[in-house]
Amino acid sequence: MSKTSKELLNELVAKHYEDAAQAKKDGKLVAWATSICPQELLEAMDITVVYPENHAAAIAARKHSQEFLDQSEGCGYSIDICSYARVNMGYKDIQYSEAANIPMPDMVFCCNNICTTVAKWYENLATELNIPFILIDTPFNHIYDAPAHNIEYMRNQIEHAIHQIEEICGRPYDYERLTEVMKISNETAYWWRRACFTAQAMPSPLSGFDMFNYMALVVCIRGKKEGRDLFKLWCEELEAKAAEGKGPWKEGEEEKYRVIWDGIACWANLSPTYKILKKYGINVVTSLYPDAWTILYETNDIEGMAKAYTYYHANRNVDYVAATKSQRVKDFNVDGVIFHSNRSCKLMDFTIYEQQRRITAETGVPTVVFDGDMTDPRIFSEAQYETRIQALVEMMEENKKKKAQEGK
Amino acid sequence: MFLGIDIGSSSSKVAIVDENKNVVAAKVVNMGTGTNGADVAMQAALDEAGITLEDVKYIVATGYGRLKFDKADVQITEISCHAKGVQTLVPDADTIIDIGGQDAKVIRLAGGQVENFIMNEKCAAGTGRFLEVMSRVLNTDLKDLSALADQSTKALAISSVCTVFAESEVISSLAAGEALADVARGANFAIAKRVAGMCKRVGTGKKIVMTGGVALNDNMVRSMAAELGQEVTAVPHCQVVGAIGAAIFAHEKYHK
Repeated sequence: MSKTSKELLNELVAKHYEDAAQAKKDGKLVAWATSICPQELLEAMDITVVYPENHAAAIAARKHSQEFLDQSEGCGYSIDICSYARVNMGYKDIQYSEAANIPMPDMVFCCNNICTTVAKWYENLATELNIPFILIDTPFNHIYDAPAHNIEYMRNQIEHAIHQIEEICGRPYDYERLTEVMKISNETAYWWRRACFTAQAMPSPLSGFDMFNYMALVVCIRGKKEGRDLFKLWCEELEAKAAEGKGPWKEGEEEKYRVIWDGIACWANLSPTYKILKKYGINVVTSLYPDAWTILYETNDIEGMAKAYTYYHANRNVDYVAATKSQRVKDFNVDGVIFHSNRSCKLMDFTIYEQQRRITAETGVPTVVFDGDMTDPRIFSEAQYETRIQALVEMMEENKKKKAQEGK
Repeated sequence: MFLGIDIGSSSSKVAIVDENKNVVAAKVVNMGTGTNGADVAMQAALDEAGITLEDVKYIVATGYGRLKFDKADVQITEISCHAKGVQTLVPDADTIIDIGGQDAKVIRLAGGQVENFIMNEKCAAGTGRFLEVMSRVLNTDLKDLSALADQSTKALAISSVCTVFAESEVISSLAAGEALADVARGANFAIAKRVAGMCKRVGTGKKIVMTGGVALNDNMVRSMAAELGQEVTAVPHCQVVGAIGAAIFAHEKYHK
């Protein structure tokens, strides 16, 4: 019998870490890279790429992040700095975790389309480890569409990065292989998005927390064939489930409310955040993550690639983000929105109140904010989380009653 | 009879309503979740109403300790219960400021229903705990803090948002010879400022009311009004509003 996507997912995650360790042993180059960077450039030159954010999340999900937070805080990194950065800066020193391990890097590759902290974080890594630092500096899109001069700026940097990679590898760039990796990356992006969008069905065949699991891999193996094949398989499974009218959980467990989860998961508190939602029959049907790795462009179109990377949602203005979320509310029949006010992520927190205001004005659905963190377990309070979630349920229930009365 | 119990972090409140939703008993015990405060408050309310637990047809629990109270038929959040209580006691109110032991929240109502709400972050700033700490430093009973603040002749700002830092700031002020009354008023204003910021986030309506134990502090209510530039009134029986809301819910759930 062929494997399910879940079995394959677990195998591939394990393989990702094993392969990286083996590559290091074999003397291959290893890069540490940010989660939504043009990894195609590295992959094409056979550089092993691992992702500190992903690794930090894996460590936190297995409840091992505190040790690394303590280490970096002991070195003087403030608790107000991103906890992914703190876990990784701690890992740089300790270099071992029971949870998961990544080989030490020969270079760091940073694209600050995801946040501004990464530029300093990676600069520190490069300085302390005395290794090359490749930066794709991505201007924030203050206006709705990226202006041509920004795209040109990024295109020039991508070309410069290619030269840097040639120098590090000591051989000419493999443009043929780049074409191939670009093609695979785009196919992976296509299947990832299509799979996530099966949650439009009612009930959704997809549980949002399952999506978080698969997300771990879309970060790591977007440019590899086995990644593309996994997401295609996952999508086919979900489409089959939807066709049979199956929901996200076991039979008899009803999807009562459909919500958007805004922001990063609380990896360090994954179990209570999930269980409390499930207790009230709340399924996270979507977020902006489906599009985070939907990096689509024509193969060999460097400007298209630049544009795709600059359009990551956290790099776009409030008009775009609010309009996109409101559209998701409508497209996914969403009953409410949960905002994770993430102590680590000032960029995401900054517009929460305005997002709330606009989404409610546009769609009428209630929203709620809770305090937490992605990898620092000290920030989250289970009781406070449950009160806010239950209050959201009560508001969603009132809305449903109102709608039912209007419908009569 | 229908019973509502609001088990907070520092006190337990119980209200009982009859078939006509009239409040027949309301009790506050200054022991919160994790103590036997809930049972003590419930027994006191039952005694006041002259009934036993068998006469109660439905129980709704709310507050921080709601999920740990096994005698309840159902649990409803303090957000909805405060809204329900206020809707019953002050029907034209559209904005509720509730400051309890460890939570501060602002609730916007539309047609009596919760439209939006905001709660304090995971931090004691802007909550009753802040005033408890201040009253200890000032060597004053919590209930006397308002009268003390009324004697103030000078506006003294407490700038620290954090309760722990504010405590040392207050100790420094006292050491520098500032009057107890001025510090007490400063503490009220510090909370008012913080909560006013929350009000601005959800937007205040036309009629603002205050609930929760902190609303017993008249000077605090006036500070809140001054900070918002709008009239603010304390709801009668401000401490038991959540429990009354819970009791009304109990009535409604039973008759559904």
